[in-house]
Amino acid sequence: MDLAFSKEEIAFREEVRAFFRDNVPPETRRKMVEGRHLSKDEMVAWWRILNKKGWGVSHWPKEYGGTGWTSVQHYIFNEELQMHPAPAPLAFGVSMVGPVIYTFGNEKQKKQYLPRIANVDDWWCQGFSEPGSGSDLASLKTKAERKGDKYIINGQKTWTTLAQHADMIFCLCRTDTNAKKQMGISFIVFDMKSKGVTVRPIETIDGGHEVNEVFFDDVEVPVENLIGEENKGWDYAKFLLGNERTGIARVGVSKERLRRIKDLASKVEANGKPVLEDQGFREKLAACEIELKALELTQLRVVADEGKHGKGKPNPASSVLKIKGSEIQQTTTELLMEVIGPFAAPYDVHGDDGSNETMDWTAQIAPSYFNNRKVSIYGGSNEIQRNIITKAVLGL
Amino acid sequence: MDFDLSEEQRLLKESIDGLLTDSYDFDARKKYQKEKGGWSKAVWGKLAEQGLLGLPFAEADGGFGAGAVETMIVMEALGKALVLEPYLATVVIGGGFLRHGGSAEQKAAHIPGIIDGSKTFAFAQLEKNSRYDLGDVATSAKKKGAGWVIDGEKFVVLNGENADTLIVTARTKGAQRDRSGIGVFIVPANAKGVTRKGYPTQDGLHAADITLTGVEVDGSAAIGDPENGLPLVERVVDEARTAMCAEAVGAMDESLKSTVEYLKTRKQFGVPIGSFQTLQHRAADMFVALEQARSMSMFATMAADFDSAKERATAVAAAKVQIGKSGKFIGQQSIQLHGGIGMTQEAKIGHYFKRLTMIENTFGDTDYHLRRVTDAGGLV
Repeated sequence: MDLAFSKEEIAFREEVRAFFRDNVPPETRRKMVEGRHLSKDEMVAWWRILNKKGWGVSHWPKEYGGTGWTSVQHYIFNEELQMHPAPAPLAFGVSMVGPVIYTFGNEKQKKQYLPRIANVDDWWCQGFSEPGSGSDLASLKTKAERKGDKYIINGQKTWTTLAQHADMIFCLCRTDTNAKKQMGISFIVFDMKSKGVTVRPIETIDGGHEVNEVFFDDVEVPVENLIGEENKGWDYAKFLLGNERTGIARVGVSKERLRRIKDLASKVEANGKPVLEDQGFREKLAACEIELKALELTQLRVVADEGKHGKGKPNPASSVLKIKGSEIQQTTTELLMEVIGPFAAPYDVHGDDGSNETMDWTAQIAPSYFNNRKVSIYGGSNEIQRNIITKAVLGL
Repeated sequence: MDFDLSEEQRLLKESIDGLLTDSYDFDARKKYQKEKGGWSKAVWGKLAEQGLLGLPFAEADGGFGAGAVETMIVMEALGKALVLEPYLATVVIGGGFLRHGGSAEQKAAHIPGIIDGSKTFAFAQLEKNSRYDLGDVATSAKKKGAGWVIDGEKFVVLNGENADTLIVTARTKGAQRDRSGIGVFIVPANAKGVTRKGYPTQDGLHAADITLTGVEVDGSAAIGDPENGLPLVERVVDEARTAMCAEAVGAMDESLKSTVEYLKTRKQFGVPIGSFQTLQHRAADMFVALEQARSMSMFATMAADFDSAKERATAVAAAKVQIGKSGKFIGQQSIQLHGGIGMTQEAKIGHYFKRLTMIENTFGDTDYHLRRVTDAGGLV
């Protein structure tokens, strides 16, 4: 047992840190630090810098452009990225559809899609959730009917993150309405500019536009856009959701936010002294840091385990990462709210993409607090995570 | 970075787990509790035979030169089995003082007796008003010739009723709460002027309140600098806290296992109660609390190798906070999910709860250690 990183790992961390320092556009970093939205152009520009360096799809197999890093190196990369902070690669392309395509897709699909995912030539979005299918995803109703060499797709997806920017969607569609619910689902990808696709924004409680409803009205999709086998889509979806186990804890994000809390708390005064000197507040902060340290260690245990024994058998501790990670993220946004106090109230009426700033970053504190309620809901709500622990770990 | 046990450590774990599976089920524990002193000399002898009482001592002193990870392995196993024998008091704490502060003569005089199982130790530290402050010492040690005369009262001394040797903190200089002027003394439990009032503790162990009246010891009784013993005390107590964290993880692990087993077998409304989601999610939360505690127990253990004393101490304090919180949650919920049967002495589960509760209040509770982490400026 040894907590320390090796010399090589420390050198790697320095390399990654220096690269972020020298290459993340300062304006992008500033907006991240201040909890603001980024424009599509800003995100894509950064991801292309990352891809040019060869780090755009770091965890993919080398033959498709991956780095061949160890799991510890991936951990270090993600942590440094989150702490810098800089936008993480677009998960829908890089972490979700990409691995499904290189694992289950045919050669033509790999050639056609993978390089464009890596360079974000296509912005991908995820067509999973539906109005009637949230945690019970397999009850989805969007239908893909085979007609000759086409699927005709009808239905509605919702909570589709950043679909307003998307060029492509990967969609779970029902291709067999008679089969048991998990069995009749297929994994189909198509162009968001297809005739019959309509994107309607959903405004979230923070006033932001991240998510959308997407409607399909007789959308014609060539059958060659099916990934893998027809009616096996549920297996691919499970593969996809199980792929990103360790990033979900977002330890680096919380560390970065704790730094911001301390910085702000050293400037905001209460009772004639900085909030940071208030014993009650300091203890809350320390309690949060202890929880985060425990989570970081839990995550390192999972990472070390994957590095040694492969990704085959998930470490039971990995189920903890989503629950604790989201709780801590939410706690950090609450602490920021506590620091700013009555000055949380002013609302900055700015563009969806963070343009037209009219106020200081502290106007983002309340929206960020409101917005972060989502982290215990998305990606399998924390209650679903408890169901997973119940069944997979405790055997109840 | 590595969280796996080495081959030797794995063997150690198998050996202690095996020994306790064979000799330490709940019925055996009840029997041992009724033996004189409240624990089993035979089990202690077996621990000695397997070399477990000599683990942390240097090879030159007759031990195995094992480190913090080995102690963690042993303590976790002891926690799982709710072991009554005085490993913490004797090997971890008594041994710790000798290892970190003892002279060659002191080591030669005392370590062999620990390793062969013939002698046990107790740490007489707590006083009426000291609570968790290790530097708050009213017991006095006054110079007399080459030796010392010790006067004072010590409370809830773990294994104090049975120990052959006491390690006593006493003030040689300064005011009651001064950090300097504290000495650490080896006092034979049968020395003239030592009176012990023994009693069982809530968790089934044994302790004593000890009065020292004009107890005379010679100059060689002081471990280290008699005027500046607090750093040594802090170091050894941090090791004891780390060991208790591992013990607590063992107790939490078994509490959860036993609770899950109960949820599977206990039927109400015609079905196992484990089929009810409200109970399932409670159990899932217990698992989360356990894994977070396990991570912090490992953190404290590995912190033993940190260069900075301040970082070591902060890591241990942080671990104690997590263990305190997780232990309370798992302990309380274990009783709740067992229902009425969890309220009985007859069921093992309540005994885990009681041990976890006592661990929280030993050498600093959750609030105390949270304040330590806060005062150190946090962890990030």
